[in-house]
Amino acid sequence: MTTESATFERSFHVEGITRVEGEGTLHLTVHDGQVSDARLKIFEAPRYFEQLVVGRAPDEVIDITARICGICPVAYQISAAGAFESIFEVQIDPQVRALRRLLYAGEYIESHALHVYLLHAPDFLGYASAIDLAKDHRAVVEQGLALKKVGNALMALLGGRSVHPVSLRVGGFYHVPRRAELEALRPALANALTQAQATLDLVAQFQAPPFERPVRFVSLKHPAEYPLFDGRIVSNDGIDVGIGEWRAAFREEQHEGTNALHARTLSGETYQLGPSARVTNAADQLHPIAREALARIGLQEEIARNPFWSIAARALEILHYCAEALEIIDAYLPPAAPFAPWTPRAGAAGWGSEAPRGILWHHYETDEQGLVRSAQIVPPTSQNQGQIEADLRAFAPAVLSLEHGEATRRLEQLVRSYDPCISCATHFLDLTVEGA
Amino acid sequence: MIRAATTPHPRLGVVKLASCDGCQLTLLNLEDELLAIAERLDIVEFPEATSHRSNGPYDVVLVEGSVSTPEQLEQIHEVRREAKLLVTIGACATAGGIQALRNFADHDAFRAAVYAHPEYIESLATAQPVADYVKVDAELRGCPINAAQLVELVTALLTGRRPNLPDEAVCAACKRAGRVCVMVAQGIPCLGPVTMTGCGALCPGYSRGCYGCFGPREQANVSSLSRQFISLGRSPQEAGRLFAGFTGYAEPYRDAIVELGGLPGASLAGERAHRAMGAGVNAEGKS
Repeated sequence: MTTESATFERSFHVEGITRVEGEGTLHLTVHDGQVSDARLKIFEAPRYFEQLVVGRAPDEVIDITARICGICPVAYQISAAGAFESIFEVQIDPQVRALRRLLYAGEYIESHALHVYLLHAPDFLGYASAIDLAKDHRAVVEQGLALKKVGNALMALLGGRSVHPVSLRVGGFYHVPRRAELEALRPALANALTQAQATLDLVAQFQAPPFERPVRFVSLKHPAEYPLFDGRIVSNDGIDVGIGEWRAAFREEQHEGTNALHARTLSGETYQLGPSARVTNAADQLHPIAREALARIGLQEEIARNPFWSIAARALEILHYCAEALEIIDAYLPPAAPFAPWTPRAGAAGWGSEAPRGILWHHYETDEQGLVRSAQIVPPTSQNQGQIEADLRAFAPAVLSLEHGEATRRLEQLVRSYDPCISCATHFLDLTVEGA
Repeated sequence: MIRAATTPHPRLGVVKLASCDGCQLTLLNLEDELLAIAERLDIVEFPEATSHRSNGPYDVVLVEGSVSTPEQLEQIHEVRREAKLLVTIGACATAGGIQALRNFADHDAFRAAVYAHPEYIESLATAQPVADYVKVDAELRGCPINAAQLVELVTALLTGRRPNLPDEAVCAACKRAGRVCVMVAQGIPCLGPVTMTGCGALCPGYSRGCYGCFGPREQANVSSLSRQFISLGRSPQEAGRLFAGFTGYAEPYRDAIVELGGLPGASLAGERAHRAMGAGVNAEGKS
């Protein structure tokens, strides 16, 4: 155990952060008990997506941008479709819109169950992985896998497969299911609803490391529904701009020594996206079943103050989307046509949707044939990165008395609380260069 | 060549190069088999799923992603040295992936179009399939790979037999499924005649044309299919874009793209680079 002294300096370095999507490193320098440097570095290989979509047709862009992330492909497809539908002024049939919510619900259930059980729970329970966890608590891991399977089944039904689904196009879908096909999933979803309740009760018993701070939560906000792919971009401290107007409230900036751009508010401040932000900004719009469950576990304040409690917000959203999926299935009537036709035109528009990790914002400019002239993609992890580093700086002093390995694990756990998708964060990162 | 795993608990590694994580996610998506697989195989390296790390040796290593940076080039040689069997999984590892479309462009121009300081970008001129650099013992194609094929591969590895993987066109699987041909009936361009199946002819089942996730099958007649696309009323550029997908760098799709006039973004990249270098405009951060 080391004690602090006038010359005491420690550094924590994690060369490859595990149980996250993609490749990143964590580096923290502590001097005299104060954190002098906290960096989450991203070293994923660049894949040039914003250039790869130039000259491509909108429906091709939907398939190409899905390949940015195998864990949240629907988020990329929906954000891209929204931007093009905004440019071409396409009206979406309400049943088609409901099916898009259902497809996205599948992605939430899959992605959140993956994170809660396979990536994050091992931290709370002291294991290196869910496979190790299963050796002692097999039923727990099996419950997580069963939930994940239902999410994947929903995506496979609506999209053909859960990784890179093939059904979404500008204006709607290539193909929509029959009512009986959706109803066949009902028993599995009803079972998942029970398992989601159990998941919430399970994570509510976890011990989160004590850590509280005020934070700016940014999410979408819709008058009538839990935030997903429509509404306005809002914060809990007064930001309120149109869904296409991300640039009116936020900007990207380059930070030396990291490979990713960070997003900030226009006044240069950090903010947090994702499940904790949505649950805080839109608690009243959760499905009544999820609202009751939140009242039962009583963690709303903790979710708003302590980033480690994002695991409860994620479990709550699994429950919400199981309940909403059942309602969508019960109310479903196949639309008259799977997609609305559209006419290409020159234009530009931005659109965002709530990926499981937070707002994913796309902006496209098209030519007269509708082909892409330029693209900007702002993934959630590059927006959360500033807040992750701010949290690391604020949290690190609390773990300095711990043994080095344990302290490092706590810092990694904090990073994982944001469910960072480093594969996503790397590939875009547009910035404006001043001068040549 | 596949050999029987000699140890009772073969050491499995899962490593990632330039990719989206979707193929390794397919392993985690084997919800019914994952825990059983973990009992038969010792998963020693799989950073997305476990904090245990190992630099080898491995009895089997699954490699996702294409080789596109100098570090990845070093890494793949190191992984090869440590692995008894190296299996590439997915379109990036087996064909270069979507990022290999940059191979059609002048890389310096492409990079300058996207990055403010291209000299900082540690990126090879091309994104290449793994087999271009090291010996590959088996491959699973697809964008993403097919879960049933992954189970078949793992089972074959554990029992020491050849994996039984399909070797026919999407068209054949589509006909067997009793689907109406989207190209004949609706005039929708479809890569089914020249593409290896593995998806079970997914896209025609969703009323759209195949877009080539599993790459070209042997002796694919791409010129004939290009002419068919043009006779359906597509311009050569549109026809070229149909081949320029997730396996577009694989022969003979690659030749079809060049024959049909090259990649749309490639010529634009040159123009934009010119502009960027002159005026210092919108460019991507050092990624």
